[in-house]
Amino acid sequence: MLQTDLWKRVVIWGLVALGIYFALPNAFYTRVEMHNDAVKAIEKQGSTAELEAQAALWPAFLPSGLVNLGLDLRGGAHLLAEVRVADVYASRLETLWPDVRDALRPERDSVGTVRLQPSNPLELRVKISKPEGMEKALEVVRGLAQPVVSLTGAGSTDLEVNGVDDELIVTLSEAERQAMDERTVRQSLEIIRRRIDAVGTREPTIQRQGTDRILIQVPGIGSTAELKAIIGTTAQLTFQPVVGRGSDKDAVAGVGNEVLPAGDEEGLFYTLEQAPVVTGEELVDAQPTFDQNGRPAVNFRFNPSGARKFGDYTANNIGSPFAIVLDGEVISAPVIQSHIAGGSGIITGNFSVEESTNLAVLLRAGALPAALDFLEERTIGPELGQDSIDAGRVASVVAGAAVLLFMFLTYGLFGVFANIALIINIAMLFGVLSMIGATLTLPGIAGIVLTVGMAVDANVLIFERIREELRTAKGPARAIELGYEKAQSAIVDANLTTIITAIILFVMGSGPVRGFAITLGLGIVTSVFTAIFVTRLMIAMWFRRTRPKTIEV
Amino acid sequence: MRMRLVPDNTNWDFFGRSKLWLGISGVMMVVALISFFVQGLNYGIDFRGGTTIRTVSAQPVDVGGYRNALQPLELGDVSISEVFDPSFGADHNVAMIRIQAQDEEEAITAEATEQLRQALSTVAPDISFASVESVGPKVSGELIQTAVIAVLLAIGAVLIYIWLRFEWQFAVGAVLALVHDVVLTIGVFSEVQIKFDLAIIAALLTIVGYSLNDTVVVFDRVRENLIKYKKMELKEVLNISINETLSRTIMTSLTTMLALIAMFVLGGDVIRGFVFAMMWGIFVGTYSSIFIASALLLRFGVKRDWTRPDANSGNQYSNIDA
Repeated sequence: MLQTDLWKRVVIWGLVALGIYFALPNAFYTRVEMHNDAVKAIEKQGSTAELEAQAALWPAFLPSGLVNLGLDLRGGAHLLAEVRVADVYASRLETLWPDVRDALRPERDSVGTVRLQPSNPLELRVKISKPEGMEKALEVVRGLAQPVVSLTGAGSTDLEVNGVDDELIVTLSEAERQAMDERTVRQSLEIIRRRIDAVGTREPTIQRQGTDRILIQVPGIGSTAELKAIIGTTAQLTFQPVVGRGSDKDAVAGVGNEVLPAGDEEGLFYTLEQAPVVTGEELVDAQPTFDQNGRPAVNFRFNPSGARKFGDYTANNIGSPFAIVLDGEVISAPVIQSHIAGGSGIITGNFSVEESTNLAVLLRAGALPAALDFLEERTIGPELGQDSIDAGRVASVVAGAAVLLFMFLTYGLFGVFANIALIINIAMLFGVLSMIGATLTLPGIAGIVLTVGMAVDANVLIFERIREELRTAKGPARAIELGYEKAQSAIVDANLTTIITAIILFVMGSGPVRGFAITLGLGIVTSVFTAIFVTRLMIAMWFRRTRPKTIEV
Repeated sequence: MRMRLVPDNTNWDFFGRSKLWLGISGVMMVVALISFFVQGLNYGIDFRGGTTIRTVSAQPVDVGGYRNALQPLELGDVSISEVFDPSFGADHNVAMIRIQAQDEEEAITAEATEQLRQALSTVAPDISFASVESVGPKVSGELIQTAVIAVLLAIGAVLIYIWLRFEWQFAVGAVLALVHDVVLTIGVFSEVQIKFDLAIIAALLTIVGYSLNDTVVVFDRVRENLIKYKKMELKEVLNISINETLSRTIMTSLTTMLALIAMFVLGGDVIRGFVFAMMWGIFVGTYSSIFIASALLLRFGVKRDWTRPDANSGNQYSNIDA
């Protein structure tokens, strides 16, 4: 009667101790947080006396995992960006034209002359002057297709080529598009991560969502404007030869040229050769600096191949202007004074210090392969977050106290057992949350409060059952045993259904809803554990010690 | 002496007026649905896109002044409301400004936010934005779709679970009670026009879980009593089961309610709608598990032969030692 095997008792108390052990750091939140930050800083930049002192605030042998606070509690910025994957298709097709032209040139006798036709950006239209040579043209252009390298696209090639009348229409195959999307999004993710790391904030979350979306959460940032300036800029840097300049934005550019506006002067336009001499991809370093007039500027250095191209070009074109183009805008167009051999240079423009610093970060991290659209954007100020934490804390304490008092008044001594179990339950819940590194959000706190209310349910079921069994007068020990036994199926069914909904919430939900699902789901698991096993052990211990003839529940 | 919310050994008749209760619930559901279709829900930006800004200022909120200040920006539909909470001091005045989703823009731009701040600072010079949330129409459409799917999935999963654990009549009874709770909750949100956002969906699903929890505990007892009292009339069995579990039903609802009331009063205004949804849900959930689920079960009828096939007879291993 009311016996539990020794090993079971050890396991139960062991789990309780483990839960409390892992929950412990949360009781000293600021201290542990400073310790963690200091440890990370020491790893990164070496130790200083100050960092060592901060690290010593929390003993190293204790666990230091904390429940992360969500953006709604800590304050910060949240952005959901969609990568314009289709942008990349267009530029891919653009670069295909010279290849098509060169491939068809030797076949001039059968296909005649070839001309690029205007078309929507997702296809390449080429007109041949001898429609009867279409067969041959198709064969040649299809020969340019490459096999797609991806798991899903195995066996297919990247181009689809069709002939309509005298026009060849080249489009990208579905498999190639998918493979390109994948590459584009991965590359964007990597570049965003590098850019944010360069700015250096605590624990940013940068996750891919779905096929073409990226979720960025940065705690402690006051506005998304700053964040968007960092990640929203494509930062495509090119160095292009200047053909001419004027004030007409619709100036005839000529084949292979383009007209771009000047960034620093309203109404000024440059005509540039489209093919760049060097691009930002060949940069190895960029640093903010000041030019000889003391204005903010950015210093850059090319890799060896970039340096060679840059050096050769400057040697051959002394005296001509040369445009530095960033995201379709000419930042500056200096005249080449001399041969620049070392592969380093300086970009001047109308920068503020902040802009030059940002530009340096962007150039170092590399250009985004495609532009981003921001679909969702949330900024929570740190004060609001702190208010929510404070309110949540007070509410939790009051809610807990009310439930504890209520249980004691209703069930007396047994209520005390249930209350101890409830406190253990909360500690274990925090322990598990810390262990898995979960994020606590405001709805998450509500989930905990709800758990507090519902956690007693299992015990209420058991105690009510014991009361009933006592009425049929089988003696206290038997009544307790039967109470636990018969309440079991109701407890299991009731909690499993709640777990089902928590799982669905977790899978389908996002952000704060997910945080709520985690605390609710874990709360159910820990509350059933403490209610069934822990209170039972406590009651058994009490019962063996006192051997009461009658009990009141 | 112990506190007793429900006296011991109650034998209240819960089915004498079951038609009345079902009728009331039916009418309430119709009212809720009419309200939903006529008035609609006050969707938050999660579901219809747009921007909400929480402003804080030491000056009292001047809704008209704010509106006039924003007029020249031509933002379309703008709604401004003051937020009250007992924890705010006299120099902490909060307003929520909601702006409809702008054309050809997904999320709000930084420049637009700055323009808004400048426009508002003509009315309240010290105004600051405690939070700015913006959701593009593309995402909001998906969010509402996911939310509906989540609620339907939860109900479906639970239907299957109870069907497996009990009988189909129980499953249908529980799920109808559940639909009742969800419909009434949506009805209240439509009637009172509280902001309906993603968090409310979480609350709805919690209500689904909680209401079931209650219903399942009663059904579990019904199953037990069906085995115990083989000859008793079904109505009697149901009534006994509800009476036996009544004390627990009230007790658990009350502790949960206590916790939620604390959260409602002290948890701050950000979460109040969410907590309100749960409080209401627990109220109707408790009601429906006592008055609706079992009354439906009575109308469906259940199988009365709950004797399990004897494990030792009839299967291929039973006579192994014989």
